[in-house]
Amino acid sequence: MNRLLLGLTLAAVAASAAYAAGPDLGAVQQSATNWPAIGMFLFFVLLTLGITYKAAKGTKSAADFYAAGGGISAGTNSLAIAGDYMSAASFLGISGLVYTSGFDGLIYSTGFLVGWPIVLFLIAERLRNLGKFTFADVASFRLDQTAIRIISAVGTLVVVAFYLIAQMVGAGKLIQLLFGLPYLYAVIIVGVLMIVYVAFGGMKATTWVQVIKACLLLGGATFMAGAVLYRYGFNPETLFAASVQVHPKGDAIMAPGGLVSNPVEAISLGVGLMFGTAGLPHILMRFFTVSDAQAARKSVFYATGLIGYFYILTFIIGFGGIALLMSDPSYFKLGAAGTFDKLKDMIGGTNMVAVNLANAVGGPYFLGFISAVAFATILAVVAGLTLAGASAISHDLYAQVIARGRTTEKHEVNLSKISAVVIGLVAIYLGYVFENQNVAFMVGLAFAVAASCNFPVLAMSILWRGTTTWGALAGGLVGLISAVTMVVLSKAVWVTTFGHPAALFPYDNPALFSMPLAFATIWVVSLMDKSRRAQRERAAFEAQFVRSETGIGAAGAHAH
Amino acid sequence: MSSGTSVNLRGRPAPAGTGTLTTDLDPQVARIARAPEFQDLVSERTRFGWILTILMLVVYFGFIGLIAFDKSLLAVKVGGTASLGLFMGVFVILFAFMLTGIYVARANTRFDALSDALKRSVAR
Repeated sequence: MNRLLLGLTLAAVAASAAYAAGPDLGAVQQSATNWPAIGMFLFFVLLTLGITYKAAKGTKSAADFYAAGGGISAGTNSLAIAGDYMSAASFLGISGLVYTSGFDGLIYSTGFLVGWPIVLFLIAERLRNLGKFTFADVASFRLDQTAIRIISAVGTLVVVAFYLIAQMVGAGKLIQLLFGLPYLYAVIIVGVLMIVYVAFGGMKATTWVQVIKACLLLGGATFMAGAVLYRYGFNPETLFAASVQVHPKGDAIMAPGGLVSNPVEAISLGVGLMFGTAGLPHILMRFFTVSDAQAARKSVFYATGLIGYFYILTFIIGFGGIALLMSDPSYFKLGAAGTFDKLKDMIGGTNMVAVNLANAVGGPYFLGFISAVAFATILAVVAGLTLAGASAISHDLYAQVIARGRTTEKHEVNLSKISAVVIGLVAIYLGYVFENQNVAFMVGLAFAVAASCNFPVLAMSILWRGTTTWGALAGGLVGLISAVTMVVLSKAVWVTTFGHPAALFPYDNPALFSMPLAFATIWVVSLMDKSRRAQRERAAFEAQFVRSETGIGAAGAHAH
Repeated sequence: MSSGTSVNLRGRPAPAGTGTLTTDLDPQVARIARAPEFQDLVSERTRFGWILTILMLVVYFGFIGLIAFDKSLLAVKVGGTASLGLFMGVFVILFAFMLTGIYVARANTRFDALSDALKRSVAR
């Protein structure tokens, strides 16, 4: 029993390390103002604002605003997908996890990657063939507009909200640490910039912000991993041997540690990561920016390569941190006798491994560059989230549910811009309110909701003829409510936040239970649905099926 | 499929978000759905997609299963310091990328050819 508890605790600790968007830095000391980092960040901001200005002039129609006119190439889209997906959590959190536990970091890297093949084989091309701007377009293709748009939009907004809070709080703490700016300033800067990108530049500006960020992040990480390997004669074996020498856990870092001591927890985490990827609204939206299914499929292939490459780099960076930082006291808070704990006393916490390593291999200017990249990373992710949230409000809730399709394109786009501003302001407020809360579980919750609400509704409406509106609505609600409830009753919220003595739900990750529950509900309720509407919806599957498989009649590339 | 069936069943004008093309496709839909090329395309691609999906699930959850149930196997040394588990983890990442590559290669050649054949046959 004790071992089980210990395992769970370790899993929770590790999970928070990797999940925390801007990792859970606890109470951070504000550092001295870091001018090189601020300078490089300002350069990034000026560049992206210039692009936003250009994009704003070219954004006229709704298709321009939501989908960049459908004219993004597969290569560009793959970089943007990678930019949307590679968060600061992956970069800082996973390299920090590798630093403390070695092999266990790889478990997260694989989990975050294996969702992509699923997206490609089951979702990407069909999504492009059926949809136009949001995944709700696809889910509601033959089902009731009002009901399906509401459940899809609610799923989208819940995912966006949790993801966004985690990112905002992470951004605030990270920037406090990296740039020496006060927390609130950092949150306001992130919020205002994301409003500007999305409200003025729409999908075009958001895409290019993500592309630039992806290039910077991949370039910076490549340089760092290359510099680490250079020190060890480009022989990973030498790097591993050096790491085992200095790591307090010694050779144990090469083998699985405490992260996965509970199989159910591990599988549930895997299910959440894998299928959550296929239900993230800001990722799904990216498939509407390319001209056709061929381009959608190619962009997933390239993106999988880029993201996989990135995760291998984070692994090398983590080991580089062990080999190059652990024996250098200048990266640690020293105790009274000049002693330090290699795992606990790193300046800024273990999530700063990649940042400190940048200094070790490239000096203060490269440190500034990596700090600026970390800020840009958060900015690109929040911009993608804001656009997805704003689209759900204007395109799904307003245009289809409230105005019942009787609105003008111009009006809808304006509402989307207003929504982006409101989401930005709410995000700033929530970032401020949640400053000292534990937000580590929120990215995990976002993935769990995406896997348990968005993905089942989308997959069943595309793939199963029998799906009816009642089935999809009930299943989506069950998935959403059960995922949120299980997380609230789990240790991360019930014990850590609410202070109850014991968790009512024994696992940190609900997806293994909530996702099958959602699928089963869709299936059972659809089977029981004998209404006339259900019959029409089943009959309408044929036309949807032909279009999803062939793309005949799909919304093509739009005129610019 | 009866002639009264249409995609646009909502009793209100086709919304701006979804295609407006769906209604006038109706007679064509039935023809495409009956075309042997369509049935070939769909059955082949669906089978291929599911096989690859299952492969990915087996490899990934197999990896997780080994971590959960047989840690000592993963700790086995393969050449000096690096362990078998490390190679397997990197393999899972490469495998995922390889699978997407295999799918895209097959789709670019076989499925696109079937799809083009279908479009030609429907246009006749």
